[in-house]
Amino acid sequence: MPDDKRVAVLGAGMHPWGKWGRNFVEYGLAAAGDALDDAGIAWTDVQYVSGADTIRNGYPGFVAGATFAQALGWSGARVSSSYAACASGAQAVSNARAQILAGLCDVALVVGADTTPKGFFAPVGGDRRDDPDWLRFHLLGATNPTYFALYARRRMELFGATEEDFAAVKVKNARHGLENPNARYRKEVTAEEVLASPMVADPLRLLEICATSDGGAALVLTSLEFARRHAGTDDLVTIDAVSTVTPRFPQTVIEMPNFSTDSAATSSAPGPTFKQSVALAAYEEAGIGPEDVDLAEVYDLSSALELDWYEDIGLCKQGEAERLLRDGDTTVGGRVPVNPSGGLSCFGEAIPAQAIAQVCELVWQLRGRATGRQVEGATVGITANQGLFGHGSSVIVSR
Amino acid sequence: MSPAKARVPAIEGWFTLDDASPALLGSKCTSCGTFAFPKETYLCRNPACRSMAFDEVELSRTGTVWSYTAAGYQPPKPYVSADPFVPFPIAAVELATEQMVVLGQVVADVDVEDLRVGVEVELVLDTLYEDDEHEYLVWKWRPTTTSATTPEEAPGA
Repeated sequence: MPDDKRVAVLGAGMHPWGKWGRNFVEYGLAAAGDALDDAGIAWTDVQYVSGADTIRNGYPGFVAGATFAQALGWSGARVSSSYAACASGAQAVSNARAQILAGLCDVALVVGADTTPKGFFAPVGGDRRDDPDWLRFHLLGATNPTYFALYARRRMELFGATEEDFAAVKVKNARHGLENPNARYRKEVTAEEVLASPMVADPLRLLEICATSDGGAALVLTSLEFARRHAGTDDLVTIDAVSTVTPRFPQTVIEMPNFSTDSAATSSAPGPTFKQSVALAAYEEAGIGPEDVDLAEVYDLSSALELDWYEDIGLCKQGEAERLLRDGDTTVGGRVPVNPSGGLSCFGEAIPAQAIAQVCELVWQLRGRATGRQVEGATVGITANQGLFGHGSSVIVSR
Repeated sequence: MSPAKARVPAIEGWFTLDDASPALLGSKCTSCGTFAFPKETYLCRNPACRSMAFDEVELSRTGTVWSYTAAGYQPPKPYVSADPFVPFPIAAVELATEQMVVLGQVVADVDVEDLRVGVEVELVLDTLYEDDEHEYLVWKWRPTTTSATTPEEAPGA
């Protein structure tokens, strides 16, 4: 693809995911430091800081870009802070990329980090009867897993997915993450253990729903010209597309935190669903298709949701995801490994860091440095993710 | 439970209080006819329609199950949970006229094992929670039949 649509990833870094109980800023600083070291760039040479926000850590979380810039030592860099729920990291990447592609800067640092409470994510406090996120908890008791479970049950009834299939996704991802130094859970699990774990949101069990974690991730993005000069090579890992699309009306699949879908009574539904459109926009921007992809990092908020993504990013037709899984196609060593990092299954959600972490994994994979989980010979990868209230997130990375 | 408790909606204006045949209150755009729930009050959600005028309408009282689940763990506040917590089913229900899917709890005496995609359900009013003076009401779904129909070809699964 043409150079004027690509940016280079010179550095990637993470703070390991876990339940560390420290200030989120520390995780962001650790990840940023690793990414800058990886890139061989000094903080004072960063021209643009793009922060992904957390809403659970007070004001510093709402202005994450400035929070990290201050903590790294004010340098006068330009700044932005993005919030798009689980897609916040993709928006932060998108902002930095746009600045570079517009020629407004050459070197940008993208950082996201979070410290999370235990248990279900709950809405922001207070008595807020005009907030659908507050109301869905109050009037329905509908947690995030409620929505994941609705999709899972529909897969079972329409496509014949079984509880064993869902458990097999967890078993696969647990194995993938065993040697990932940044993963929170590095323990093999059996299908029997998964199926014996408590039912959280029927048909999804405790071991099939991602935890909430502390963690941080960062990227150093630069213009291609800068990267070639700095690295002395044309052999670069680049971001070729960033999709941040919203749904099209009428959105006919129920989505968090809504009480209903749009009405399709007067307008026919658009061809692709929202989740399909997220990846389609990325493929179109990169000028490639699903057949070009060597690996994918997708948002496995639940084990069953990973199967939806196989179809939504075009790895197979609708209703064929279970076959892909059973055939081993999406296991490391298979045709197109999915979540070689171990995914959210092994990481848990550190919301603003997660979409950035997906890109970090692709970068390490394409460099051939994903020890213990390497997808051999990978040259193109895609991430897919979705933030509540209609935030698409997909990034295509190539080498 | 004291019989003297006042029965009040858990949220104002989202459903009628007709015990025999309650209905959700939605909006219908006076220009393009698009429905919305909860009610749209400012601008029509159809991007091809810029209307700002709506009629309040009662939505279909029956529909078919699009999907379903059951909450096995106590949801966090602001959900007001029974003590001890009792798992409860939730369904996403397709309304034919409105061509939309609406969430609701399913009445407590229905086992999740008895639900299927395609099952016909009707809207009822039920207690969401109580305090000393009030019984707070919410809409719930209740199956009208026990037999599942075959789901159609996955529309936007």
